[in-house]
Amino acid sequence: MKKPSKAKLIEFYSTMVRIRKVEEKLMEVFSTGEILGFLHVSIGQEAAPVGVCAHLHATDFISTTHRGHGWAVAKGIELNRAMAELFGKKEGFCLGRSGSMHLADASIGIMGANGIVGGGIPIAAGAAFTAQYRKTDQVAVATFGEGATGEGAFHETLNFAAIRKLPIIFVCENNGWAEFSPRKIHMPVESVTSRAAAYDMPTVSMPNDVLAIYEEAGKAIEKARKGDGPTLLEIRSDRWYGHYVGDAQQYRGKELVDQAMAKDCILNFENELLKKKVFSKQDVEKIHAQVDAQVEEAVNFARQCPFPDVSEMVEGLYV
Amino acid sequence: MKDTRYIFAIKEAMEEEMERDENVFLIGEDVGLAGGSFGASKGLYEKFGPERIVDTPISELGFTSLAAGAASCGLRPIVEIMFMDFVTCAMDSIVNQIAKMRFMFGNQYTMPVVVRMPEGGGLNAGPQHSQCLEAWFAHVPGLKVVMAATPYDVKALLKASIRDDNPVIFIENKTLHARKGPAAEAAEDVVLPLGKADVKREGSDVTVVTASRMVHESLKAADTLASEGIDVEVVDLMTIQPWDRETVFNSISKTHRLVVAHEAVKQFGFGAEISAAVAEEILDELDAPIMRVGAPFAPASYSLEKFYVPSADDVAAAVKKTLEGSF
Repeated sequence: MKKPSKAKLIEFYSTMVRIRKVEEKLMEVFSTGEILGFLHVSIGQEAAPVGVCAHLHATDFISTTHRGHGWAVAKGIELNRAMAELFGKKEGFCLGRSGSMHLADASIGIMGANGIVGGGIPIAAGAAFTAQYRKTDQVAVATFGEGATGEGAFHETLNFAAIRKLPIIFVCENNGWAEFSPRKIHMPVESVTSRAAAYDMPTVSMPNDVLAIYEEAGKAIEKARKGDGPTLLEIRSDRWYGHYVGDAQQYRGKELVDQAMAKDCILNFENELLKKKVFSKQDVEKIHAQVDAQVEEAVNFARQCPFPDVSEMVEGLYV
Repeated sequence: MKDTRYIFAIKEAMEEEMERDENVFLIGEDVGLAGGSFGASKGLYEKFGPERIVDTPISELGFTSLAAGAASCGLRPIVEIMFMDFVTCAMDSIVNQIAKMRFMFGNQYTMPVVVRMPEGGGLNAGPQHSQCLEAWFAHVPGLKVVMAATPYDVKALLKASIRDDNPVIFIENKTLHARKGPAAEAAEDVVLPLGKADVKREGSDVTVVTASRMVHESLKAADTLASEGIDVEVVDLMTIQPWDRETVFNSISKTHRLVVAHEAVKQFGFGAEISAAVAEEILDELDAPIMRVGAPFAPASYSLEKFYVPSADDVAAAVKKTLEGSF
């Protein structure tokens, strides 16, 4: 795997910061009621989408989860229209019908977030099947948490993907919590990688470090593109906040939350890049200011967009 | 036109559509090497190969959702579920994903998936291999639900379903698979519109609205009743969702009496929806209460199946009862 250039490293950092700041802003506007329904943030887990999506083209596919904002941002979703969607506005990518839990931009292969745990895994396999069917070199990435590995959808898809050598990469973000339950309640194994043996599938586990993820994802994606079949990747990360925004996490306790928050994949990467003199403190400040402006612009755009007309609630159900 | 069997008509529809459009493929358990559990894809594996006739592990959820993903990328999957009872394992795929994906994602792509499955009794296969669950799917916004009664209809409706950009639940009936009758030749390329009913027998005294196997039972009842001077009109819905209100309402406006007959259990079946719509919209056309025919509210019987599934006698009895009734 080729080492990423200096410009690439800065881009990784900027994208991670963009994900963090988008979600921090979402928490803010959610608390004021501008965003409805449920909001699930991935703060603390920004390294995974950035390390993986760095290898993907706009023509490649990802399926994401209810905690999927980071993946959409890393895949390159345009922030204004994404924010409009989260605000339920007509200018959103899904005409205001999807909100946070079903965000999609098919034009760049974001197949759609899924409100059903594990639901997107076989859907991504359908994209991989299509690439194989059409003999293209496209790949699909199914993203999910370790909680989803208890679902039949996970096992059924790994089984089929291994049999047919589909060009798919299964990316599990193991953050230790399946909604409100810790790992030991829902998994008899320490690591999701143990699950791959049943499907004779190569698998690697890695820490929540963008460069480690970049390297392993690169190998798996290259392999899939060449027609050599699927890989299961596990990223051991930590969920900083609750299952949803507003979850008081009484089941978890302050100590465990503090431990999770002490591990910051963005701050670690920032310190590494400063130490290696890839950028300076001033550069960091500049990046933060730029991202702040982008996020602010997206929110302003979303705010001024109109809601869909009530008639659009039922119109166009069938084509 | 040529004589064929219902099951061959299904195969021909798939074969012709696969020849016409390279995006069409078939996926399911035993559809390839084995030619399908009921033989619906016999010969297609040899003709189109394992890339387009896709054998799967026993994993209804996995391969049905995979079809959804493939459809969102522009392919046109035909999913075969071996018995309708097994579709319960794929309810997330159909109800949460396939039915909603186009609409929920703001029309970013279409969802041309056909999910084929045989329903009903006939094999004494008992509670988990005999159910008729069409009403479940008709209740989910975004799905179309088709039920064909004859070789001609099944071929033309399956071709229409494959060409439709909406997801279609395509329900066959096991007792119909061996049924013989005329069907269109490939060159004729007959495609029937979805959402349109067919008056299978004209009559003036009572309207029987029905579908699938019960079309034949209703026609048999109509023949018997004709010898008693009762003239029954049999309306074959062919599509349950969306159903053809115009044809049904026109028929009732002529006969003023309605029986709805299906093989599914009577309670909450499609007969309930049709009865309710008639009551809401054209109640004053009715001269007597509506009668419904369906299976008893119990799991399908193994040893007593012939008494469990509704028959021509049940339809005839309901017709007579509605003729005796008045308001």
